[in-house]
Amino acid sequence: MLIRRVLLGGVTVCIVSLIIFAGVEMLPGDACTQFLGEYQADEELLAQCRKDLDLNRPAIDRFAEWTQGAITGDLGLAADGTTKISTIVGDRLKNSLLLAFCAMAVGIPLALLLGVVSGLWRDRLPDIIASTLAIFAMTIPEFVSATLLILVLSVWLGWLPGIVLTSAAAPASEFFPEILLPVIVLSFVMCAHIMRMVRSSVIDVMASDYVQMATLKGVPYWQMVFRHALPNALLPAINVVALTIAWLLGGVVVIEVVFNYPGLGRLMIDSISDRNLPVVQSIALIVASVYVCVNLAADLLTMIANPKLRTMYMRK
Amino acid sequence: MPQSPFIDIKNLSVGYTSRSGKTIPVLRDVNLSITRGDSIGLVGESGSGKSTLALAAMGYFKRGLHVISGQVQFDGIDMLNIERNALQRLRGGRLALIPQNSGQSLTPNLRIGQQITEALRLHSDLPATSFDAGVIDLLSQVRLPDPVGLTDRYPHELSGGQQQRVAIAMALASNPEALLLDEPTTGLDVTTQAHIMELLRDLAKDRNLAMLYVSHDLGAIARVCNKVMVMYAGETVLTGSAKQVLLSPRHPYAHGLLASIPRLNETSLPQALDGRPPMPSETIMGCAFADRCKLADRTCYSSSPPLNHLETGEAVRCFHHDQIGQLNQKTEKSARSNPVAADKDTALSLANLAVSYSRPRLLSKLFALQDTPPSTVDRITIDIKKGETLGLVGESGSGKSTILKTIAGMVPAQSGNIILNQTEPLDTMVEKRPAAYLRQVQIIFQNPDDSLNPRHTVAQILAQPLRLYYGLSGTPLRDRSIAILEQVRLGEHYLERLPSQLSGGEKQRVAIARAFAADPEIILCDEVTSALDVSVQAAVLDLLDVLKRQDGTTYIFVSHDLAVVKAISDRVAVLYQGRICEIGPVAAVYSAPFHPYTDALLGAVLEPDPDVAPRLKADDAVELSPPNLGCPFQRRCPRKLGSICETNIPTAQEIAPGHIIHCHISQVDL
Ligand SMILES: Nc1ncnc2c1ncn2[C@@H]1O[C@H](COP(=O)(O)OP(=O)(O)OP(=O)(O)O)[C@@H](O)[C@H]1O
Ligand code: SF4
Ligand code: SF4
Ligand SMILES: [Mg+2]
Repeated sequence: MLIRRVLLGGVTVCIVSLIIFAGVEMLPGDACTQFLGEYQADEELLAQCRKDLDLNRPAIDRFAEWTQGAITGDLGLAADGTTKISTIVGDRLKNSLLLAFCAMAVGIPLALLLGVVSGLWRDRLPDIIASTLAIFAMTIPEFVSATLLILVLSVWLGWLPGIVLTSAAAPASEFFPEILLPVIVLSFVMCAHIMRMVRSSVIDVMASDYVQMATLKGVPYWQMVFRHALPNALLPAINVVALTIAWLLGGVVVIEVVFNYPGLGRLMIDSISDRNLPVVQSIALIVASVYVCVNLAADLLTMIANPKLRTMYMRK
Repeated sequence: MPQSPFIDIKNLSVGYTSRSGKTIPVLRDVNLSITRGDSIGLVGESGSGKSTLALAAMGYFKRGLHVISGQVQFDGIDMLNIERNALQRLRGGRLALIPQNSGQSLTPNLRIGQQITEALRLHSDLPATSFDAGVIDLLSQVRLPDPVGLTDRYPHELSGGQQQRVAIAMALASNPEALLLDEPTTGLDVTTQAHIMELLRDLAKDRNLAMLYVSHDLGAIARVCNKVMVMYAGETVLTGSAKQVLLSPRHPYAHGLLASIPRLNETSLPQALDGRPPMPSETIMGCAFADRCKLADRTCYSSSPPLNHLETGEAVRCFHHDQIGQLNQKTEKSARSNPVAADKDTALSLANLAVSYSRPRLLSKLFALQDTPPSTVDRITIDIKKGETLGLVGESGSGKSTILKTIAGMVPAQSGNIILNQTEPLDTMVEKRPAAYLRQVQIIFQNPDDSLNPRHTVAQILAQPLRLYYGLSGTPLRDRSIAILEQVRLGEHYLERLPSQLSGGEKQRVAIARAFAADPEIILCDEVTSALDVSVQAAVLDLLDVLKRQDGTTYIFVSHDLAVVKAISDRVAVLYQGRICEIGPVAAVYSAPFHPYTDALLGAVLEPDPDVAPRLKADDAVELSPPNLGCPFQRRCPRKLGSICETNIPTAQEIAPGHIIHCHISQVDL
């Protein structure tokens, strides 16, 4: 079962990479017409360039080489023919991971806490406040809330730097405190989604027969909540959390642009506008792999945490 | 000198606040007192407030409900004004509950052992070191096989009967003085039910318990209770000893309720109580039962009857309780539709059908290893005529539902054929069947919680088949939906409700309505009435019968309730472990000679008569898979002949035309 899921994930990544590769191949022009720009009319230069970049070999060969390289971490050269993609992307990936990790560290615990609290105190003050905020967070577009935050915290109060000026290659520690504002915005948004989900799941579970039974069995309230209600209420949250993590890692384009944060999302945008196709290809591949991995991890976790699924695969 | 009451509920009214801000009563001015050693049966239709009253005895009210007035005392303690910690110590301690639907009442993420240990830790003075021993002791007290192995299992790994026993064991952990039972055996096998009832009887006697037994199963009540209280629309309408209430009920509602129970010794359909109880939100002038009462006169509509205390010890809420005798003359048994003529066309034929859930592993498939377990269902050959009702009886795990699911295309057949209308093969799974076949075969499930989408309103649920097969929309759709709802005795105001806002009985009625909406040829009924009140059940049986006469609908009717199957079926097949034990016309199967398994089943049926005790022949052990060789019933058969039963498949003996028994015992000895 487990093996099948992993294989399936691998196949998904392969198919995605094939689609990415094929998509780029099918675009009119290639890396050389792009690189040479106005000089592309010069047949000789073009031929030389294609030879340099190995573009004359059949697509299948190049695809095989590309995937082989990708597996070993060598993503090849960018469209300028000199920079290694792994260096450019590597720095950005690190930055994206840093941002995602900080947002998760703040957002997930907060979301779980708020979700549980508002589920337990349903329709009472804590719930009303949290739920209203969540609806705001989900409906206001990110760039609006981001801009508002910059305006208030940075421009008016001057507490936090409004945009990130650190260069992409700088070590993680140099991003503080500039990273704080994007982290706040991101955790706010993700928190809202997870919290809504957890809240409704807590409400369902609190109305279930087994929670009523636990109460009528004499289990004190908090013990009932922690032993009987929450383990079951938080199960469905795993997948939502996974989706959010995938979203975070896949590059949160708008936020990165607004805060000038050097992450994958912005690199993607820049590469697209530069027609730097090899980089776009690589980023798409990375995002797809992250997506598959995170979902796989979530499914596994659900399987381990849910006795129904667990016993299905363990016993006999 | 009468003992002082142990559980004492005085003038209790409970209600909820409607959206318009009005307080709507669910219980009205109810009195109930139970002394130790007493066991009181609480009877009434779904929605009559039985569970609300039982839970009120624990000082518990479901979310949304609140006390309007009245008192609840337990051994002199005021349960409505008690500090939370003290209340939690009483609950599950001196006062324990065995819940309705124990499958859903056990916490899914905790092992059986953990859940019972929790009860011990909270309520017993056992030292922590002997909890494990305590758990095993409790599990064996409720006669569960392999108690040690069970402690490590999760609730979903047990059968319904086992879950129920676990719930009982959990309730006994604290050595309670009072037990509240909310439908503890509804939906269980007859044999399991009979054994659990005997267990409860013994426990009540040994421990001198005060017991409140909520059920709409009057057979079970007759077995364990010495007093009975009948509720209607949130009010007490009749109380008395079990004999008084069950044998000569003095209230027209109780009278009708008893008449609606299908009984083994009758061949006619039970009598449905017409109409439905008023909703809590309807304002009632006069007697709440008046709309459905054959004795009602003008007084009944203008003033509400008080609870009269009679010299016999009974209490009756009826102006005309002395005229109850008239009801017996006024009731004529509804006639059964005639059995179908033998020359009718075959609607569905099953030929040597076998179904297996175990998927052979790739390796054993490749090397043709013979380690596959015996098929779950095997050797099923039955022809069903148009307009015929075939009953399938047997305990849980006997493969009844599997056969239905295979016909419906939800489970693939391993071998054999299913043919609809003599020519149309139903050998593909449901996704590949043509739409015309799909409409013709409808299935109604046992548990409406699983088959109704919790996020769809009743209107949406009914609209699905009406849109899909008939393309209805707008007003015609709504009109048709309302007409169908009326057929299953639900009113128009149910259209906007979600399944969670319906009682268990109401939910099943919606599921039935949905199947009828497609106007199918064959309806596969999987335990469709086991969640229903007897009066509604009688109405549904009646409705099924009416439709059959109108359109010649064919039914395959699966139930573990032998009396229900008897009432509705033309022909019955008795199944054990997926094999047919006995098949024949209903009258022949329900009378001697019997297959040993049929005999055991019939003996376990609880009749709503306090003077009749069940005959328990076979034990109620749960078998997980059929034996490899020989007779499927060999492990539990009380009349097993010996090794021949273990090695040879019993031959079919034709006792009378169409009546076949599969057993090695020769015809004369059966
Ligand atoms: N939380 C609630 N809010 C509003 N109404 C409720 C609530 N719970 C139950 N009711 C209503 O109260 C009435 C009594 O419900 P109760 O569950 O006590 O019935 P019951 O006799 O136990 O029925 P069943 O046999 O189906 O279990 C029903 O009309 C039901 O619709
Ligand atoms: S009071 Fe009237 S309507 Fe009510 S049960 Fe008695 S006879 Fe029927
Ligand atoms: S064949 Fe043997 S085991 Fe089976 S029912 Fe008959 S006597 Fe019992
Ligand atoms: Mg109930």
